[in-house]
Amino acid sequence: MEQILEQMPVVVSSLNIGFIQTLKLFFVTLVGAFPLGLVIAFGSMSRFRPLSCLTKLLVWIIRGTPLMIQLLIIYYFPGLVLHNPIWGGGEAGRFLAASVSFILNYACYFSEIYRGGIQGVPIGQEEAGLVLGMTRSQIFFKITLLQMIKRIVPPMSNEIITLVKDTSLARIIALQEIIWAGQAFMKGSHGISGAIWPLFFTAVYYLIFNGVLTVLLGQLEKKLDYFR
Amino acid sequence: MSILEVEHICKSFNQTEVLKDISFSLEQGQAVSIIGSSGSGKTTLLRCLNFLETPDRGIIRVNNKTLFDADDAATKLESAIRKKRLHFGLVFQSFHLFPQYTALENVMLAKELLAKEQPDYKVRKKEIQEEIRSLAGTLLSQMGLDNRKDNYPHQLSGGQCQRVAIARALALNPDILCFDEPTSALDPELTGEVLRVIQELADSNTTMIIVTHEMSFAKDVANHVIFMDDGSIIEQGEPVQIFENPSEERTKRFLSGYSQG
Repeated sequence: MEQILEQMPVVVSSLNIGFIQTLKLFFVTLVGAFPLGLVIAFGSMSRFRPLSCLTKLLVWIIRGTPLMIQLLIIYYFPGLVLHNPIWGGGEAGRFLAASVSFILNYACYFSEIYRGGIQGVPIGQEEAGLVLGMTRSQIFFKITLLQMIKRIVPPMSNEIITLVKDTSLARIIALQEIIWAGQAFMKGSHGISGAIWPLFFTAVYYLIFNGVLTVLLGQLEKKLDYFR
Repeated sequence: MSILEVEHICKSFNQTEVLKDISFSLEQGQAVSIIGSSGSGKTTLLRCLNFLETPDRGIIRVNNKTLFDADDAATKLESAIRKKRLHFGLVFQSFHLFPQYTALENVMLAKELLAKEQPDYKVRKKEIQEEIRSLAGTLLSQMGLDNRKDNYPHQLSGGQCQRVAIARALALNPDILCFDEPTSALDPELTGEVLRVIQELADSNTTMIIVTHEMSFAKDVANHVIFMDDGSIIEQGEPVQIFENPSEERTKRFLSGYSQG
């Protein structure tokens, strides 16, 4: 115990650096996957068959294979197979490849949630907008969108909390996120070696951050309670 | 001169003929009620008039202007249809109010969006919005909803929702206001307040087409009654004639079902 307290400041500062990388990947994924998911949702709902088939194929592949494999393929395939290492070296390159993989993966999951949300809005809402002379985009942004958001907050919250934990998968391509940072103390880092508690301690970071997210998402859900 | 002329409208869904050669006309200030059993095509007819369905054949003319002609592709352009819809208003059976907006906002929304297309909108923005707000307020007062303006739809009764929906349709000042069974989704004790409002509109010579199952109302409110069965107009004429002295066997049978019920 005494030893742990002694090691604490060094470990925490190292874990903090890893957690910043975790947070960066988390927010970049959200910022990218929210809009891309909507684009994919519209693609899969398109009345133009080739487009809807193609997007459904993409969603099937991405949801049907492990994110870990996708990370490996997206990171290594260009360099090892095509001999064109587009991601560049170092932590920045790994972060870029991880971001692309996560955005693509989560956009596919989000697209299905969006689709359910949009199709859950009664057709009468659209018809009411049409007979009032609104354009399709006015109907989407002024009528459908908020009703869709209200419907998708609970399933989205689930995905968002899963994403926080999924970021740890990026260590498979050596992205130095928090678990990577925690594990380093087993092999030896900052003069500490053979310590397993830092790895266990990373769970506290996830737990606290997900606690904050749960509260925030709950507040959003409450905020949208003003209509039914 | 007729404000509305409908000629030879036909509409099929897959193999089912829902409207078979429907023709009728409507004078300015007139209220026509359309009666007939469920599945006779009444709702589809209203949906055709509001361009929610595209007729397979036929012509729709408003104020002598051809809005739709099945043989003229130019009248079917999606871009032009939006403006054509504004000649008609439609009040739905199940209201379809926008749940995230208050009663007042429901009435204002479409008018505000249209106002944005005016060239002088940016300059007169405040003024225009004030006009729309006061118009919406007046309409809601007219509907007897003075103290309900800031309520959301889920806080209103069905009858109140339907009156908001009527105000919402009136806000765009349509040439012809259509009602699709406006009281069918209401508890019996709430139908009166909605029928009263429609009656007032008729008294002030609003041009209306009312699809309804309320027979005594259909008779009282309208200047003209159309009886439809199986996608065709079987008989039309003055309310007294249709209800008290129908000439067609099918009309008699339909009405006798109601007087017994």
